[in-house]
Amino acid sequence: MANTKPESRERVIIKADDLGKILKILKRKSYKTIGPTLQEKAIIYDEIRDVDDLPIGWTDKQEKGSYRLERRTDGAYFGYNVGPHSWKKFLSPPEVRLWSARKSENGFDLHEDDHEIPNYAFIGVRSCDLHAIQTLDNVFLGGNYQDKIYGDRRQENFIVAVNCTEAGGTCFCASLGTGPKSDKGFDLALTEIINDEGHYFVVEIGSEKGSEIMDEVSTRKAGPEMIHMADLRVEKAAKSMGRQLNTDRLRDLLFANYQHPEWEEVANRCLSCANCTMVCPTCFCHTNEEVTDLDGNNAERWRRWDSCFTLDFTYIHGGSVRKSTRSRYRQWMTHKLASWHDQFGTSGCVGCGRCITWCPVGIDITEIADTIRKSGELPDKTVEQPQ
Amino acid sequence: MDYEADIMTKTETIPDPMQPRRFRINNVTWETPETFTHELIPIDKGPTFTFEPGQFNMIYLYGVGEIPISISGDPENSSRLFHTTRVVGSVTQRLQHLKPGDTLGIRGPYGKGWPVDEATGKDILIIAGGIGLAPLRPVIYQLLSHREQYGHITLLYGTRSPDKILYYEQLKKWISRFDMLDVKVTVDHASGNWRGHVGVVTRLLSKAMFEPENTAAFVCGPEIMMRFVAMDLKKHKVPENQVYLSMERNFKCGLGFCGHCQLGSYFICKDGPVFTYDTIKSYLSLKEV
Amino acid sequence: MENLEKILLGHPFFKNIEGDYLNLIVGCASNVRFEQDEIIFREGQEADQFYIIREGTVALDLQDPGSGKITIDTLTDGEILGWSWLVPPYYWRFDARATKMTRAISLDGKCLRNKCENDHDLGYELLKRFALIIDQRLQATRLQLLDVYGLRS
Repeated sequence: MANTKPESRERVIIKADDLGKILKILKRKSYKTIGPTLQEKAIIYDEIRDVDDLPIGWTDKQEKGSYRLERRTDGAYFGYNVGPHSWKKFLSPPEVRLWSARKSENGFDLHEDDHEIPNYAFIGVRSCDLHAIQTLDNVFLGGNYQDKIYGDRRQENFIVAVNCTEAGGTCFCASLGTGPKSDKGFDLALTEIINDEGHYFVVEIGSEKGSEIMDEVSTRKAGPEMIHMADLRVEKAAKSMGRQLNTDRLRDLLFANYQHPEWEEVANRCLSCANCTMVCPTCFCHTNEEVTDLDGNNAERWRRWDSCFTLDFTYIHGGSVRKSTRSRYRQWMTHKLASWHDQFGTSGCVGCGRCITWCPVGIDITEIADTIRKSGELPDKTVEQPQ
Repeated sequence: MDYEADIMTKTETIPDPMQPRRFRINNVTWETPETFTHELIPIDKGPTFTFEPGQFNMIYLYGVGEIPISISGDPENSSRLFHTTRVVGSVTQRLQHLKPGDTLGIRGPYGKGWPVDEATGKDILIIAGGIGLAPLRPVIYQLLSHREQYGHITLLYGTRSPDKILYYEQLKKWISRFDMLDVKVTVDHASGNWRGHVGVVTRLLSKAMFEPENTAAFVCGPEIMMRFVAMDLKKHKVPENQVYLSMERNFKCGLGFCGHCQLGSYFICKDGPVFTYDTIKSYLSLKEV
Repeated sequence: MENLEKILLGHPFFKNIEGDYLNLIVGCASNVRFEQDEIIFREGQEADQFYIIREGTVALDLQDPGSGKITIDTLTDGEILGWSWLVPPYYWRFDARATKMTRAISLDGKCLRNKCENDHDLGYELLKRFALIIDQRLQATRLQLLDVYGLRS
């Protein structure tokens, strides 16, 4: 999807339930529309057919180790933040077959998997998640090799972003510059407004594809007042983040403090349950496994999500390199906030707060970083390698 | 946050880097009681397999799994593919029973190898420990076939005991070519008729002929051994960015996607496995990184 | 004797040693030669000498009742063999065997030991140099002990 420059983007207004029209148009164009739904007391991403599938009038209350849903009084379509799912569930699925093989006279014959890969339309993508998708683009497609699993699922994406008008209890996208306003990488970006004049969306058109869709919906041009009102709401969200992360020279700070006693402190609490890696929208580690049938005539190669918190993640020659929980927690956090910069040129964290919410013992990555900053060393020069 | 310009291209289909290419085992040679070399020939048509010294392949054994193995053959004569491996885990336990005619899947070659081309004009030290001689053998082949481009070449090889010496006949041949290269072999301990050196491979360094400032050292073996060797090379005043080590971690994909092989900021499978000592010095002394 | 003095002066072990001390040491030195497989000293014998290997190879062996002879180290050109003469109770802890024809300089350790007792400065000069050698061997031995090439269970 071509990105148009922010200044030249068209903004229009649609009535709230015209969103349903957009969904129908997308379905007609053979997209599989995925958006937030309420299931099992959480807001998760699943196929949606109409606006009624959205968690209308619900909000989430998130704190460390706590996620609860509550009712709203205004009937907002997107009046919540992010739940345990992220879009990596569709772009790099938790379980996917790479190929299958059959025993043959040449040893084995390979059979490529012709997955039926839908053209995904992601509805309700928050800015943090949009940045997460962009960093995964870098991970899977930005190097010498391209990951086919991710690339095939990413190619025809249509993205309807939503600018958050309320910040969550564990959100800190503002600290990382990853939100709450989406600036690029979307086809449409919606800001929800509910006031005396009604319930509507200010729609920012971010691409040709987005423009084509909006041509089929009755819209009116958004005047400067409306745009300003929308911007104000998003700015309010930016100022009311539940958490903050001081990112000043964070990479150097963490690299210089590999022996800080805080790692041991966290390790005493951490269960290495891997929840954080599962809910994190940028964690991409996976493993490949061989599966055979009972008579050995068929074998399949499967790819499954993996986590650096597992004991045998670093298994080599009779033992694991990272045996202690301390080393594994340190690996996760320093990868996310420090080494990611060296590898991909950005932070690996997008400030979505999921790891804080879904940690069963309430470990808060912003608190850990803060503790190390208060009592750790920060040398003047760049720290090349961790110490 | 700044991202690079839109990475997505809609035009081409993405080729699948996870599909192996089939090779047939032409020969199995047991180098020591627990180390063997496979000689492989391609089954499926495709471009000739080429590689650089120090690169590795992901070897797929049907019904069992995939492991990384260094390529141990001659890079300029790659009609046959050679892998030397030790029996250490569940896949190699099964791999050791394969016979000529059996099939393996190969993905690769992966990784940054030894910069042999860039070392022309320098004295060369090849320091190998145990199975570490296997990924260094391609270097020796390449050096010998372009002998006039290099200064003095020394191979220092240390292993556990005389019965664990890899490529025994080949070493004998190299030793006999004393005009081409200087070969010294040592073992950690010996019984019986061994009349050669006993002691760690670092002890041989003071016997080698090289001009430290103008030397490239290619080191491969267990991590502890490489650490000791690198420190000794430093004592001998070989510049840290001219000492090359081959690192190893758990590889699952070889492509930089699965995340397993990370050593701090590096993906060993694509930023390595060969690194200059100065770029990983700090990592070597950190525990559990 | 002049030949010996030149050799000792040129050896890195005696670098920067005072002229008087060097003369003293030369006075305790003599050229020796061992044939292939000749035993230079045996475990348990009194340690009265140390050697500077000029040319050849010496293997240090230990005898194990089950496995027989085990070679734990080999020393070659320019290396120093033996410091047991410095350390009470002044007995060799292993066998030394020339694995091929070997030429060395033998130094009378017992004599030097007595001289060091009387002249502590000489003692310090020698001990300083031996400390370096013992440290090098210790580091090497530690690495050997790790048995890094062995298969881990």
